[in-house]
Amino acid sequence: MRTIEIKSPLPGTFYRASSPDTPPFKADGDTVAEGNIIGLIEVMKTFQEIPAGVSGGAIRFLVDNEEPVMAGQVIAEVTA
Amino acid sequence: MTIRSLLVANRGEIAVRIIRAAKALGIRTVQVHSAADADMLAVHLADEAVNIGPPAAKKSYLNIEAMIAAAKATGVDAVHPGYGFLSENGDFADEVVHAGLVFVGPSGDAIRLLGDKVAARAVAERAGVPIVPGSAGRIDDVAQACRIAESIGFPVMIKAAAGGGGRGIRIVQSVAELERQFPQASAEAAAAFGDGGLYLEKVITRARHVEVQILGDGENFVHCYERECSLQRRRQKVWEEAPAVGLPADIRARLCESAVALAREVKYRGVGTVEYLYDEDAGTFYFIEVNTRIQVEHPVTEMITGIDLVQEMIRIAGGEKLSFRQEDIHVSGHAVECRINAEDPARGFAPVPGKVTALFVPKAEGVRFDTMLYEGYTIPPFYDSLLGKLIVHAEDRASAIALLSKALGRWRSAASARPFPCISRLPETRPSGAGTFIPASSSRGSWMVARSRSPPLAVSKRRDKPDECPVFVWW
Repeated sequence: MRTIEIKSPLPGTFYRASSPDTPPFKADGDTVAEGNIIGLIEVMKTFQEIPAGVSGGAIRFLVDNEEPVMAGQVIAEVTA
Repeated sequence: MTIRSLLVANRGEIAVRIIRAAKALGIRTVQVHSAADADMLAVHLADEAVNIGPPAAKKSYLNIEAMIAAAKATGVDAVHPGYGFLSENGDFADEVVHAGLVFVGPSGDAIRLLGDKVAARAVAERAGVPIVPGSAGRIDDVAQACRIAESIGFPVMIKAAAGGGGRGIRIVQSVAELERQFPQASAEAAAAFGDGGLYLEKVITRARHVEVQILGDGENFVHCYERECSLQRRRQKVWEEAPAVGLPADIRARLCESAVALAREVKYRGVGTVEYLYDEDAGTFYFIEVNTRIQVEHPVTEMITGIDLVQEMIRIAGGEKLSFRQEDIHVSGHAVECRINAEDPARGFAPVPGKVTALFVPKAEGVRFDTMLYEGYTIPPFYDSLLGKLIVHAEDRASAIALLSKALGRWRSAASARPFPCISRLPETRPSGAGTFIPASSSRGSWMVARSRSPPLAVSKRRDKPDECPVFVWW
């Protein structure tokens, strides 16, 4: 099975949910569609939604919630 | 006690500013930094540096335990909190003192008292300072809120008791809107500030934002005149001046005296700022809040008075009395500060962190640049977008604006970041004529629109280095 990488478009802090009280946009193992939001990146106190950009199954996050990410870093993988 | 060594519990341009002040006083400096800030200018300038944790501010710059541990490990005898982060956290001030160290700022109790917006209104009232019409204290329920709103008149602002800095504010136009927004505002305040307490204030339309610099040593209290901070974007200041434009002498005197009365009321110790709304048409001013720390815009006051506020606050914290009396403080000329942010005006002011590949800052008489930038520095994405402040000082306002215009025109900088790198300067518009200001209430004011339609005056792009950004000078 082929895996597809989802990369961060910009550097910042990665969040899996829209707020600490809400469930994550996607749980590990979920199926994702191209337009689905998989997380937020905080850059200098502003938040940007991160769409999956690809469709696939069994998403696996490689970055923890509230962890720093670099631009181009792989955030998650899905199976094609 | 005399302060011999100082922990700088902050980052960015203010950390640099504090280190320069400490060095001038012959004080050893220890700079804290997160894992993302090991290469920042303040780290290079300080005598010693300590890594206090991961990039996320709450694990580093907001981590009281890590901060105290760094202070103890490096054997400093004082801690300077700068602005933002832990600077207005009374518990942090207490912890510093409990560790046997000096906190460069007021006591924890004073910070808590003045940081509680409702309590601060009461202090202001006791000191005879005019306050914005509103609730006498915290509001218990929606019914009470409606009664008060109807008596003071709509529109009213629902404000979080624990808020400040433009956060935790909602404007409502009617009883129906108030009833709908009140519970939401309470829940939001509880989530954001850990305190759901609310109060009401009447909306003062066409108000200018004027603030007075105060200093106290616990026994003597003075003001260093006022600053004008009316030009704001999304309730954040972008351009500051001192003194305020066209403020009548009698109003200036009453305004500044009222700030000193407030300082005396709480036996203030340190530097602080009393913020007011000034209604130009009615010639009246109203107290809004007190900031118990050094402000971003303190340089404009330093330029017109010749007083080094950061040095003075360190001396006061060390136990010295104020080094001047009110009659020693005089205003000379006019100063303007322009904030420089890592933002891209072409993309809705989106933040643009990245590497500073080139930087040329014009040097001239009356031009001061307070910054964290240097060539080769990579601006991290984890913190505020403020990179520095360009400050000018001249004999009058027109000359100061002309000098700022010239300095910005000669300015060159470049940063590379993805997807569209640029360092922009704010504000990008010239306030038209003396005394013309956009009211603070119109945060979506016309100046933004006017600016975005005007072409950049100077655009430079190094063709041989395509990864470097074009430089925009909106002016």
